Amino acid sequence: MIRLENLTKHYGPAHDPLIAVDNVSLDLPTGEICVLLGPSGCGKTTTMKMINRLIQPTGGKVFINGKDTSTVDPIELRRSIGYVIQQIGLFPNKTIEENICVVPDLLGWDRRKSRDRAKELLELVGLQPDLFLKRYPKELSGGQQQRVGVLRALAADPPVMLMDEPFGAIDPINREVIQEEFLKMQREIRKTIIFVSHDLDEAVKMADKIAIFRSGKLEQYAAPDDLLARPANSFIEDFLGSDRALKRLRLVSVGDAMETDFITVLETDSVEHARARIRSSRSAAAFVLDAEGAPRSVLSEQVAEACSGTVGDHAEPVKSTVPITGDLRQAVSVMFAHDMPLLPCIDEAGRLAGVMSYRSIVHHLGHGGKA
Amino acid sequence: MSALAGQAAPQQSRRIETAPLIVLIVLAGTVAWLWWSGMAEEILVYSDDISYLVVQHLELVAWAGGLAILVAVPVGVVLSRPAFRLFSEAVMQVFNIGSTVPTLAILALSMTLLGIGTVPAVFGLWAATLLPIVRNTYAGLRAVPPHLVEAAIGMGMTPRQVLWRVELPNALFVIFGGIRTALAICVGSAPLVFLIGAGGLGELIFTGISLDELPMMMAGAIPTAMLAVLVDFILGQIQYYLVPRGINPLR
Ligand SMILES: Nc1ncnc2c1ncn2[C@@H]1O[C@H](COP(=O)(O)OP(=O)(O)OP(=O)(O)O)[C@@H](O)[C@H]1O
Ligand SMILES: [Mg+2]
Repeated sequence: MIRLENLTKHYGPAHDPLIAVDNVSLDLPTGEICVLLGPSGCGKTTTMKMINRLIQPTGGKVFINGKDTSTVDPIELRRSIGYVIQQIGLFPNKTIEENICVVPDLLGWDRRKSRDRAKELLELVGLQPDLFLKRYPKELSGGQQQRVGVLRALAADPPVMLMDEPFGAIDPINREVIQEEFLKMQREIRKTIIFVSHDLDEAVKMADKIAIFRSGKLEQYAAPDDLLARPANSFIEDFLGSDRALKRLRLVSVGDAMETDFITVLETDSVEHARARIRSSRSAAAFVLDAEGAPRSVLSEQVAEACSGTVGDHAEPVKSTVPITGDLRQAVSVMFAHDMPLLPCIDEAGRLAGVMSYRSIVHHLGHGGKA
Repeated sequence: MSALAGQAAPQQSRRIETAPLIVLIVLAGTVAWLWWSGMAEEILVYSDDISYLVVQHLELVAWAGGLAILVAVPVGVVLSRPAFRLFSEAVMQVFNIGSTVPTLAILALSMTLLGIGTVPAVFGLWAATLLPIVRNTYAGLRAVPPHLVEAAIGMGMTPRQVLWRVELPNALFVIFGGIRTALAICVGSAPLVFLIGAGGLGELIFTGISLDELPMMMAGAIPTAMLAVLVDFILGQIQYYLVPRGINPLR
């Protein structure tokens, strides 16, 4: 767990200081990612560097797992904290293997153990060890260097990581890939991470908690969905942008927002029967399933009201579906693309598990999310 | 981009490798011509002197160069430390001005201080060799990107580890460049030390000039030139193989 207590940094003369970080306090539970977010010069990097004491605080304290870091030897402290800098900072004179093993070597690990670790880490991000271990940083692409930069910080398995815009120096498409990769890794390794970013989308994607800074002050500290749903003041509202509701779509899983009280009918049922079922429910359509339980066709309320005969004569084929593991953004996109006001949501086996409608989306966003 | 860079590197290295070769060929041509014209025999009369003086010459260079490296690199390191930043620029200015003083003048001053013989000769050569190494060591260390140093500190290196594992290796190529330049100056200036009584190949050159004996002068000049090329070539090879591939623009 990381805890900042009234952390303050002044630069310049004591009588007229530049206040880079102003009385920042926050708590980050073990295993979570906190993204420090805010405009340029608001004190993100300074705050982060006070945690591994690259910068000496003017006031306040930092606790890691309950221990006041100012009582620990700074060299020891830094070796126990993974550190990724924005410029990647791989040592050009060392091979990839030597770069990854920097901290294990400093800690005096057995050589075999540290080299095995380097191999294992490279495999983790899909870089073939026999191809990359002996290369030098300049022989890697930007994206590969960035991955190695993160691996190097992970090498000695530190419980805490500091990452200053770790995916900054890379094109947007590759950045998404690395972010996904990192999140997947994080789900297993569960590090406690302070992550600096100036990109709201990145923050929303990566963070368990977002800390928004302005001129050295912590303006709001909240989970991404909370932040987007309830910005604390107009500065944050402006910072999040007028499309902040749309950004929330990505944070909600289909499974959390879908309606599960859908209606199913058989092809041989009469339309009158289906109409009665629809009328007596909140649903606006009835689905026909195949033998495996997958949605095959749909009879909408309008059609049911206007027609007679069997369901099989009038139901329209289902044009598309969305997996319940997807997010709302994905669902909305499919609904727009296929003009489907009712979108079937399917589980891993392809069975109908729920229905997504515009109403359920608006309802979910309006209620401030899963919290 | 990377494909282009990848092509450029071997080309550049080939160019650098061929330069001393061309000089060697020219030298070999000169020797062949001397042989053909019959002067070689006249020069070879001095072969005993040559082999003795070459050794003496190289000993002077080795002492001066070795001591210069031993002193200049640490001085460059100290000057690049943050604690000395304030006056290091001023010191470098003095050094830069100092390096414009001709070697002959340095030797003359050295003789004034220490008299004649090997000691003032080594001292004078040492002083002339010192400056390029100090300058390149200082500049090379200052040119190490600050974010590398910060990454190293942030990962828990002590200041000494940062110097040895990050700063010096990354400045090595530039430092070596300084050593090469300095030793070229040292080898080239070494004949002058005859003037303050320390022998070396200058003995044949200057005696040959004053006696108007062309073969005798050549007997000093040709080995001097060959030594200069050879020393630079060997240092070039050492630089090529010693500086790791990751920071060696030649490979
Ligand atoms: N060494 C220093 N001396 C004086 N002022 C400094 C120093 N380092 C940072 N500052 C000031 O402190 C403030 C916060 O800087 P910081 O680097 O933490 O910003 P940041 O939020 O990381 O910005 P960016 O997104 O541009 O990286 C800035 O106004 C900066 O000018
Ligand atoms: Mg910053």
